[in-house]
Amino acid sequence: MSQAVAETTLDGANRSNLPAYDVDKVRADFPILSREVYGKPLVFLDSGASAKKPRAVIDAVSAVYEGEYANIHRGVHYLSVRATQLYDEAREKVRAYLNAAKIGEIVFTRNTTEAINLVASSFTGQRLREGDEILLTELEHHANIVPWQLAAGRAGAVVRASPVDDDGLVDLEKFEAMLTSRTKMVAFTHTSNVLGVVTPAKEMTRLAHEKGIPVLIDGAQSAVHLSVDVQDLDCDFFTFTGHKLYGPSGIGVLYGKSNHLEAMPPYQGGGDMIEYVTFEKTTFAKPPERFEAGTPHISGAIGLGAAIDYVNALGRDAVAAHEHGLLQYATARLSDMPGVRLFGAKGEKASIVSFLQDDVHPHDVGTILDQAGVAVRVGHHCAQPLMDRFGISGTVRASIGLYNTREEIDKLADSLHHVKEIFG
Amino acid sequence: MLDDLRELYQEVILDHGKNPRNYGKPDEVSHRAGGHNPLCGDRIFVYLHVDAEGVVRNAAFDGRGCAISQASASLMTEIVSGKTLGQVDTLFRNFHEMCTSDGDVETDGSLADEMDRLQVLSGVRQYPIRVKCATLAWHTMNAALQGEAEATTE
Ligand SMILES: Cc1ncc(COP(=O)(O)O)c(C=O)c1O
Repeated sequence: MSQAVAETTLDGANRSNLPAYDVDKVRADFPILSREVYGKPLVFLDSGASAKKPRAVIDAVSAVYEGEYANIHRGVHYLSVRATQLYDEAREKVRAYLNAAKIGEIVFTRNTTEAINLVASSFTGQRLREGDEILLTELEHHANIVPWQLAAGRAGAVVRASPVDDDGLVDLEKFEAMLTSRTKMVAFTHTSNVLGVVTPAKEMTRLAHEKGIPVLIDGAQSAVHLSVDVQDLDCDFFTFTGHKLYGPSGIGVLYGKSNHLEAMPPYQGGGDMIEYVTFEKTTFAKPPERFEAGTPHISGAIGLGAAIDYVNALGRDAVAAHEHGLLQYATARLSDMPGVRLFGAKGEKASIVSFLQDDVHPHDVGTILDQAGVAVRVGHHCAQPLMDRFGISGTVRASIGLYNTREEIDKLADSLHHVKEIFG
Repeated sequence: MLDDLRELYQEVILDHGKNPRNYGKPDEVSHRAGGHNPLCGDRIFVYLHVDAEGVVRNAAFDGRGCAISQASASLMTEIVSGKTLGQVDTLFRNFHEMCTSDGDVETDGSLADEMDRLQVLSGVRQYPIRVKCATLAWHTMNAALQGEAEATTE
């Protein structure tokens, strides 16, 4: 892969182009950021794995348990009605965040992984026949590979992957050529969790729809950094996860077009997803409840709603501009360093830099950075097929959140000198 | 901080990591197994030639991994060559204990020199997540001797 070309210079010029964004004030909202590790300030560059939580989210979750908690949909009593209302409000916040047409198109799940499994099982699995194909890309996270393999395996169908070039960019011509009469589902990531490259999701969706093929977009990374509009994308399904969006862990989202959700059988059976049950026959609730069997993560959904409020209050464009400035700065600083090889540094990108230093194994780099207080992710990032595509075992990944600073990028770059000092 | 890291990445480790000994599959192999560290996705293979008397005539490995796992595999192949299966088993258990517990490891006096050489890897104790890197080769060798095809550090 070619050495990345820095898009910006290192002078302060591009800083002044950013809208006013008081990152120190933002940082003060995140209690965990003031802690130290090994007696050094924490430099947290692993938000792509899971983001830290602002006080607003922590407080919203405690407030539920302290003052408003009860099971939802089940009680006539005051607190049950109140908790149900808060849960429904959270769903409405998610709807607005994705610009979905209807609130019933928003299903709460545990995470992205469960949302994809739900679609693979209740939607795609129902239509697959022997010899059919599911088309993914080489960029995918294991969460957007394995559920499809399971569904394909049950039906005797196959999973195929559309290739990316040496910069991790989807080749649209090859993608289009792989959409055939056998293709029954297309699923791809909106932003690569390894490289940060943003896929041409709208165009890919259009190409699939031209051939009548439904599309799922894995938005685990993109929902955090891009302004997502599911109606504009026109995808059939979109998934994301609360814990990467500064919300609690254990809560995720499936968006599905209502005509699909209404036609789909339940994913799991139990309470809350039924209309009427006898031992002979059960009729199912309408979506989204049909897909939310059992007591859901009530405080998690409410916490996710608080996280969305928090991000909206900062301003999604202001956040995106701040992160983009840091991404360009990080790309420029790292590509100036001898021996550093960047992966996927071209094209439209969001918040992630992936690299290797000389021939030092990513785990060794990770340990050395960790001792300097710098938290990065190292390894295959749950995307082994992409690692194979590049012929490497893993990378070092720094992922940027709305609370990161230039000084932290400097700390990352400066700490890489220790790798040289030790490994020569 | 650099001093702490140098405790972990001692010269011997860097040397074995960069120039691993006994690397590559030998012609004569009686036992072999693959080892996998799911955390990093790295795989190594260990090859042994054990003779009729139960003595390891030759040990080798290949595959990829971090400096710690490559160095540990390299040192291991040097150390187990010429040892009886009983000695190999004792070394495995002692080494495992050395990497995971704080105190000194009681060892059979006749293997004291070998344990001294392995001491360079004891720095991993301070890095719990890296212990598996140091022990992967040994688990893999153990799997090979037990007749299992596959070892993981999980
Ligand atoms: C692109 C992508 N897809 C899917 C996932 C899975 O998310 P979760 O573990 O929350 O289900 C992740 C995060 O790990 C991701 O980055």
